Amino acid sequence: MTLATSAASDAASGVQPQLVIDRVTKQFGEGPGSVLAIDDMSFNVMPGEFVSVIGPSGCGKSTLFNIIGGLLDEYAGDVLIERERIAGPHKAVGMVFQEESTFPWRNVIDNVAFPLELLGVNKSERLDLAHHFIDLVGLKGFEKLMPSALSGGMRQRVSIARTLVSKPQILLMDEPFAALDEQTRLLLGDKITQIQQDLNQTTLLITHNLTEAVQLSDRIVVMTYRPGKVKRIVDIKLPRPRTSDVVSSDAFGHYVAEIWSDLREEATRGMVDSESAQRGGSRG
Amino acid sequence: MASSSLAQHRAIPIILGASTIIGAFVVLEVLLRMGVVNKYVVPLPSQVVMALERIIVEENIFGRMRETAYEMVVSCVMVIVLGVPIGSLLYRWRSLRSAVLDWIAAMAAAPLVLAFPLFLVMFGRSPTTVIVMSVITGLAPIIIKTTEGLLGVRPVLINVGRSLKLTDAQMFRMILLPAALPTIFSGIRLSWTFVLISVVGIEFLINLGGLGQLINDLSERYDLPGTYGAIGFVILVSVAFFMILERVETWLRPAK
Ligand SMILES: Nc1ncnc2c1ncn2[C@@H]1O[C@H](COP(=O)(O)OP(=O)(O)OP(=O)(O)O)[C@@H](O)[C@H]1O
Ligand SMILES: [Mg+2]
Repeated sequence: MTLATSAASDAASGVQPQLVIDRVTKQFGEGPGSVLAIDDMSFNVMPGEFVSVIGPSGCGKSTLFNIIGGLLDEYAGDVLIERERIAGPHKAVGMVFQEESTFPWRNVIDNVAFPLELLGVNKSERLDLAHHFIDLVGLKGFEKLMPSALSGGMRQRVSIARTLVSKPQILLMDEPFAALDEQTRLLLGDKITQIQQDLNQTTLLITHNLTEAVQLSDRIVVMTYRPGKVKRIVDIKLPRPRTSDVVSSDAFGHYVAEIWSDLREEATRGMVDSESAQRGGSRG
Repeated sequence: MASSSLAQHRAIPIILGASTIIGAFVVLEVLLRMGVVNKYVVPLPSQVVMALERIIVEENIFGRMRETAYEMVVSCVMVIVLGVPIGSLLYRWRSLRSAVLDWIAAMAAAPLVLAFPLFLVMFGRSPTTVIVMSVITGLAPIIIKTTEGLLGVRPVLINVGRSLKLTDAQMFRMILLPAALPTIFSGIRLSWTFVLISVVGIEFLINLGGLGQLINDLSERYDLPGTYGAIGFVILVSVAFFMILERVETWLRPAK
C-alpha cells in the first residue's frame, strides 16, 4: 500500500480517507432564478469515523447528502469513494432519507428485508437479519404491521433498520431522528453508535440538532447558511465508548455552547433572509 | 358466545340490505297499484318476479348471460392488458405523453358509441364489434390513471430504489407499480364500468348477442316486466364483476 500523503489524508497514520469531498459546488438551475445550494465544500471522512454535518434549515445539507449518495450526478468538484468519482449510487453507500420512505405496500419485516431480497439472501437468513434490526430499533412485535398502522417516528425507524440491514460500509443519514421524541432519539443514538463501532462503519450524519451531533460524532462539520460552505470543523474529543449519559457531562456542554455560537450566527442569517423574502412578498 | 355474536354482526348488514330492497319493492308495488306511478312506465315488481321464470325458460337467459359475460370478460381483460402498458409508456416517454394524453382524455369524454356504424362495417355484426368498441370505450380511464399513478409516486421512494441500485425493470416491478397500484385500480374500476355499460349498450344497439339484445327484443314486444327482469340479470352480472375486482384488489393489496 502506498502512503499517498495528499493534504487530505491522515498523514500520521497513513490511512486513506474513505470519503473525500473536494471543492464540491452545486447550483440548481441557470441564470437569475438559480440557487447556489453548496459552495466549494471540502472535507474528508476517515474509515470508521462518525462525522456530523450540521447547519440551519435550507443550507444545503440534503443536497450534499444526495450528491454523496449519487442521486444528484451533476455537480462541480469531486466526491470520491475508493478514489472513484461519484456519478451514481455507490454500492458501499447506504442512505437513510429525511422524508418518510417506507414502502406502504410492504409490512414492517418485508420493508426491512427488502435490500436483502435484492442481494438474493435466502429467506430464513433474510428474516433473521431483519428481525435483529427491527429489534434493534425498538420495533419488536410490530413486524407484521403495515407502515400505515405506525406512527411517523416508528416509520422512520423502519427505514433506518432497512438501511442498516445491508450493513453498508458508508452510512449516510439525513436527519434520521427528526421525527422522534428526545428519549427515543437518545436511545436510538446509542444503538446506532454501537453498531457503527461494531461494524467500524463510516458514518455521515446530517442534522440540525446540536445535542445529537455532539453525542454521536468524532467530528462535526458546521455549515454556513446559503450558500452552504464549511464554516468550521470541530473535533469532539469525548471518550468512547460513548452513551447518551455523555450529554450531562461538562465537556459536552462546552462543545454544545461552542458550536451553538457558530450556528446561531448562521441561523440568524437564515431567519433574517426568510423574513425579508416574506416581506418582499410577491415571489412566492 | 363470541363467535355467535360475530356471526350476528355479519348477518345484520345483509338482512338490513335485503329488507331495504324488499321494502322498496313493496312501496313501489303499493304506489303503482294506487296509480301514483304510471303502470305503463314501471311494471309491478310482482309481475317482474313472475316474468323471471318466463325469461329463464323461454329466452335462454343463461346462454345469453354467458354470451354477454364472455364479451365483458374479454373486454375487461383487454383494457387492463392494453391500458396499463400504454399508461406506463406514457409515463416513461415525456414527449409521447405531452403529444397524446390530451387526446386520450378527449377520447374518454367522446360518445364513441355513436361511431358504431364504422365498426359494423369493419367487423360485421359479431361479438368482435362489441368487444372492440367496448375496449376502446373503456381504455382511456385506465391509461390516464396508470400514467397519473406512476407520475405521482413519491420521489423519495424512487430514490430509495436508486440508492439500492435497482435495474429499470426492478424499479418498475418493485417500486413504481406497487406504489401506483391504488390509483391504477381506481382506473380499472372506472374502465370496467364503461366496458360493462358499453357491452350491453352495443348489444342493444346492434341487436346482437346476449342480454342487451334480449332487452331490445322484450322492449320491442312491449314486455315491460320481462324487460325489467332482463335488466335485473345485467345487474347480477355487473355485481359479479365488481366482486371479482374487489377480491383481486385485496389480494394484491394486503392493507390500504
Ligand atoms: N431540486 C431542487 N431544485 C431547486 N432548488 C433546490 C432543489 N433542492 C434543493 N434546492 C434548494 O437548495 C437549498 C438547499 O436545500 P437542502 O434541501 O439541501 O437544504 P437542507 O439543509 O437539507 O434543509 P433542511 O434542514 O430544511 O432539510 C434550498 O434553498 C433549496 O430551495
Ligand atoms: Mg434537508
